[in-house]
Amino acid sequence: MLVWTLILVPTLAGLAALFIRHNGLRRALLVATAAIHLVLTATCWSRPGALVVNDWLAIDEASLLFLTTTSVLFLAAAIYGAGFLRREAGHQAVDFEEGFLFDNLREATFTGCMLLFLATMTLVTASAHLGLVWVAMEATTLVSAPLITFHRHHRSLEATWKYLLICSVGIGLALMGNFCLAVAASFGSSGPVHLTIKALTAHAAELDPVWLKTAFIMALVGYGTKMGLAPLHTWLPDAHSEAPSMISALLSGALLNCAFLAILRMMAVLAAAGMGPFAADLMVLFGLLSMGVAAVFLIAQVDFKRLLAYSSVEHMGILSLGIGLGGMAGFGAMLHALNHSLTKAMLFLAAGNVLAVYKTKQIDKVCGMVKTVPVTAGLWLAGLLAITGSPPFGLFVSELAILRGALYSGHPVVATLYLIFLSTVFVALARTALRMTYGPAPQMTVQPVAHEPGWSVWPPALLGVATLALGLYVPDGLQDVLRQAARALGAP
Amino acid sequence: MVAWIDFVAVLLVLANLWLLGTSRLAVCIKAVAVQAVLLAVIGVLMNAGALGVRIVLVLAISTLVKAWLLPWLLRRAAREASVQREVEPLVGFTWSMMIGAALLGVCFVIARPLHLPRQVQAGILIPVAMFTIVTGLFMIVSRKNAITQVLGYLSMENGIYAFGAAFALREPLLVEMGVLLDVFVGVFVMGIAIYHISREFDHIDTDRLSVLRD
Repeated sequence: MLVWTLILVPTLAGLAALFIRHNGLRRALLVATAAIHLVLTATCWSRPGALVVNDWLAIDEASLLFLTTTSVLFLAAAIYGAGFLRREAGHQAVDFEEGFLFDNLREATFTGCMLLFLATMTLVTASAHLGLVWVAMEATTLVSAPLITFHRHHRSLEATWKYLLICSVGIGLALMGNFCLAVAASFGSSGPVHLTIKALTAHAAELDPVWLKTAFIMALVGYGTKMGLAPLHTWLPDAHSEAPSMISALLSGALLNCAFLAILRMMAVLAAAGMGPFAADLMVLFGLLSMGVAAVFLIAQVDFKRLLAYSSVEHMGILSLGIGLGGMAGFGAMLHALNHSLTKAMLFLAAGNVLAVYKTKQIDKVCGMVKTVPVTAGLWLAGLLAITGSPPFGLFVSELAILRGALYSGHPVVATLYLIFLSTVFVALARTALRMTYGPAPQMTVQPVAHEPGWSVWPPALLGVATLALGLYVPDGLQDVLRQAARALGAP
Repeated sequence: MVAWIDFVAVLLVLANLWLLGTSRLAVCIKAVAVQAVLLAVIGVLMNAGALGVRIVLVLAISTLVKAWLLPWLLRRAAREASVQREVEPLVGFTWSMMIGAALLGVCFVIARPLHLPRQVQAGILIPVAMFTIVTGLFMIVSRKNAITQVLGYLSMENGIYAFGAAFALREPLLVEMGVLLDVFVGVFVMGIAIYHISREFDHIDTDRLSVLRD
């Protein structure tokens, strides 16, 4: 019942939003739905018994973790979004970079798609049938595509087209992966095995190994495209830089995690069939590759939203690496997923504030933020320190856990590469952060902002506080969930 | 029965080569619609022994969507964008056909050593399904026109569907309909994007969408 409510509330609210004429009412609906969703998610933590609906829909520990992240981020994005929409409403906007006028997407469509985006992501986390996971995953692409092109101009259309085509083709390969899995499951003596995670893990020994490996590779490439693993990440910087900031926050902090979860589901099946090491090696390989590619693109980055996007590629690499290494690193990867989402959402929201005041995404045109937008400047600096894994923020703890995992499990080369990439990224981001916040006095064109509105600073600030808290103390209940999530997903 | 399936599979190969060798969008759209019809025939042949209401219904709906509704949508998008043909593909049409023939060979080589479940009697359908997928992927990377790329995506979906049919895989009804809905909405959303792209740019050549880069 609870699980159904979680999916149906945002679905119905999203459909209703498409038809509500009154702007204020629609924005209130957005925030209210987000709040209800978060309350429902919170009840999931206290009622673990009520969370299995049937073989198709169930919330296990991993679902709970990613669902909670999604829900928290969505509430932050909804509050920010309501303010953002009020600011953007009723007038043609001027393009920051090239100075032309353009229209925005209809606000009703935008809000509706945003709520449906929440519904589809909830469905991804709650699906226990791999076919349903696929359907939900593709649906997230389709409902989020209009969100990217809210500012309707040539750059956002280009980004949307790349997103739609690359992700749909990627997810198409994942569908092929599902079919290969179904073939692998049809060798059993007792008839074909259903594609529910429960049945697949229970009958793992009957699965055909060659077809299973093929299925995993297809799923990894397919969902990996959506997750932003290099070299399949090409859509990611474009979509993240052109979408409105709270949508970038959701894409980066919630959607990428959902794709990660889909890969993890597949991994659990392989682990149950005794092929965990095969999957793990591939994850380590893709992880290191993503970190390396992201580090290269971060060094010379001139656009601060693309900077954050490439940082997401890097962190998806870290997640993949951690899960691949398993053990303590697997636990670290789960914690890291949570930390990364909170911090990256905070950074994207702060980036939205910078963009609104400075009207540029160029790093070298933004300086002296301390004087113009003091609160955002603080958030931006803290966020960038956090995202590079500096203590006392949560990412430090999780990155350290992954490093220890790598060393204890006897992977000195992997650990060395991991450290090299992390320090490269640190240098690249720290340089940018300091330039933008301090740097020379701001140009005359940017006047100090007298008052930064509450909707633009409170959501990122609270997300930042959460990251900080997770760096100082991880509650026992959360630790249990993280550990069980890592174990259930078959981290070796 | 296998002989009949092989015959339809050969027709599917011809439809793929037709798709690769033509520049006119209307013909490409027709080729993809023909693929969808052939898939329906394969579906009927594979289930000839036990043709229940459910199978017939699923086949009917998916054929209706893939062979009629989506082609109609794409023809409309082409008209809105006033584009009739793929002008300068990255790989020419003669070369596309030759590469297609080579890919077909590769698919047969790959499919030969595949370890199949005992009950599967699919003849040459498995390599042909793979060829349909590869044809779609090749269209996406070698063509510039947004509509032709969507057709590539559809061909890929058709190939995956044929692959499933070859193994007589029974997905639950909910999943099967979900997949179909996703494909439909996907093409619909892509159609809307194409409409806006053509209004904004006065063309739908995706290789000229190249402002965003590092």
